[in-house]
Amino acid sequence: MSTREKILGEVLQNQPPSLPLPDISGFRGEAQGVVQRYKAVFESIGGSVFLVDDFAAIQTIIHTNYDTEKRIATTLLELTESFEAIVPNVAPHTYEDIELAIIHGHFAVAENGAVWLSDELMGQRIIPYICQHLAVVVRAESIVPTLHEAYDIIGEGTYGFGGFIGGPSKTADIEQALVLGAHGPLSMAVFIL
Amino acid sequence: MSQPKTKDHAALAEAFIQDEERVDWHDGALWYIRAKRDIASKGIPEWEELREAASQIKSNVISNLHGYLLQFEANLKKNGITVHWADTPEEHNEIVYAILKAKEIDQMVKSKSMLTEECGLNEYLEERGIGVINSDLGEYIQQIDNEPPSHIVLPCIHKRKEEIGELFHEHLGTEKGLSDPTQLTRVARKHLRNVFMTRRAALTGVNFAVAETGEYVVCTNEGNADMGAHLSEVQIASMGLEKIIPQKKHLGVFLRLLARSATGQPITIYSSHYKKPREGQEMHLILVNAGRTRQLGRPDFQNSLKCIKCGACMNTCPVYRKSGGLSYHNTISGPIGAILAPNLDMKKHADLPFASTLCGSCSNVCPVKINIHEQLYKWRQEIVKEGHATSTKALGMKAMAWTLSSPDKLATAGRAGRWFMHNVPFVVNNKLNPWFKQRDMPDGPKESFSEWYLKNEQDKPE
Repeated sequence: MSTREKILGEVLQNQPPSLPLPDISGFRGEAQGVVQRYKAVFESIGGSVFLVDDFAAIQTIIHTNYDTEKRIATTLLELTESFEAIVPNVAPHTYEDIELAIIHGHFAVAENGAVWLSDELMGQRIIPYICQHLAVVVRAESIVPTLHEAYDIIGEGTYGFGGFIGGPSKTADIEQALVLGAHGPLSMAVFIL
Repeated sequence: MSQPKTKDHAALAEAFIQDEERVDWHDGALWYIRAKRDIASKGIPEWEELREAASQIKSNVISNLHGYLLQFEANLKKNGITVHWADTPEEHNEIVYAILKAKEIDQMVKSKSMLTEECGLNEYLEERGIGVINSDLGEYIQQIDNEPPSHIVLPCIHKRKEEIGELFHEHLGTEKGLSDPTQLTRVARKHLRNVFMTRRAALTGVNFAVAETGEYVVCTNEGNADMGAHLSEVQIASMGLEKIIPQKKHLGVFLRLLARSATGQPITIYSSHYKKPREGQEMHLILVNAGRTRQLGRPDFQNSLKCIKCGACMNTCPVYRKSGGLSYHNTISGPIGAILAPNLDMKKHADLPFASTLCGSCSNVCPVKINIHEQLYKWRQEIVKEGHATSTKALGMKAMAWTLSSPDKLATAGRAGRWFMHNVPFVVNNKLNPWFKQRDMPDGPKESFSEWYLKNEQDKPE
């Protein structure tokens, strides 16, 4: 008998009588004021939020807030005149020295400040994690109140990899002192378009 | 009675509490996290409904685990992930070793996995010439100190920053006396970045495994799971059988509960959903039993398998806060550890269910409503039945049973006790009396209630 059969056999024998799944369709969030709520939550986590009208505004803010002498890369077609375009067919390691990555997010979640992105928006899976600073652009109308609405949108998903990203990377492992910037980006900005 | 090989919780805790200032600090640090959990949970009006839903979902999982495992396996394969099954910790370690050997890899980066800690994976691989680096900062600190993690979410919560600074000075060449958390973290960032860049293999744990879609979710704040995974040629995920959840949408419930229960955050910074390998990458998932099917077969204790490893029970437990995770001599410590460990080795961990006041705070904060305090009590009964109770406890219980077995015996024992307490107090006020260790004995009453009642009944008005 293989290990697989042994384990499955024991599970089948030992599992208790079936109990039903609960109905979770009643869990919903409040749609009113999501943009403001998102901004408040994300800023309380240590991220920055910019409400912008167009890509020109995004461009300006980037030039003001980031060192454009360093390597800045983006998946946004609207910004590839000014900044390097991220390409999918090179080794991920070549992006080690990215200072700032600017990418789209599918949508954002007001209750926890998280942005949802999948590999099709990242350019390469490593991009949102390896850059020193991360900037994500989301549409204001895409912001949802809670994770319940989020998973309605995500559904089964056609991605190979997807993730929620809820702010700059952090750790409090040393005496519970919060440090922004663990292994992922040191800062995160969200542009709400 | 033979000497136990490992010290029991009481002995280890006794050593820990010698440093009163440290205990107060440790206690305060964990209570602070409990308080953050309270603030976060009170911010969600439907918190109790979420707990109930999570509890019911997990009850459905453990009662249909066979079907969900088959569904999950089939979907993993459709997604291009290679599935392995391991019955014992050794089998798990052998599988990881075989995967790495096949690609001639001798260095691996690991993000947090308590399961692999349970299995002793790092030691197993090191013995066979494969280097493993723990990339979670807390686990990295514990690794360079050659100590296991003391908390499942906050691995070095018991360490002061000065101690960590000293470790970094020794292992990473930082200046002596540097203890600023931000500066130490920056040094670790740089060092571990180089590790990520050079490791061809990365191993992660699994927080939630979605049967419906064949994907798994890994939650971190540091981004270390993703830094390892997306730069690797070979990505391995190790998971306990019980990490399954039925449907994608259930993640909404669990991800709302997990971080709020663990640290008071609304969500971990990174909640990464791994589904298919990257172009040119291999992905493996190892389903591990390691005693879980046995626990599944224990009606009184199977609910412990609902655990989502948030650590809320540890943060609230007064015994844990004041004795530290390392006093529990088990990878998973605290209240949940005390109801999981006796299943793994009842003799070795017989002391753990007794390391509790049964206050029930753990059950109160558990996001999936495990009846931890009731299971602690039930384990005590199991352990005594199996003959693993310490002899002092067993004798004490027998003596109490004898004394309470008849009113005459109780009255005699009571009279004798009061006589000794009045006339020869040192018989009671000494080292053999555990109560006397930290407290004074109360003054004995002048007479028993029975004596008083009999005397005064004659005087009562008609």
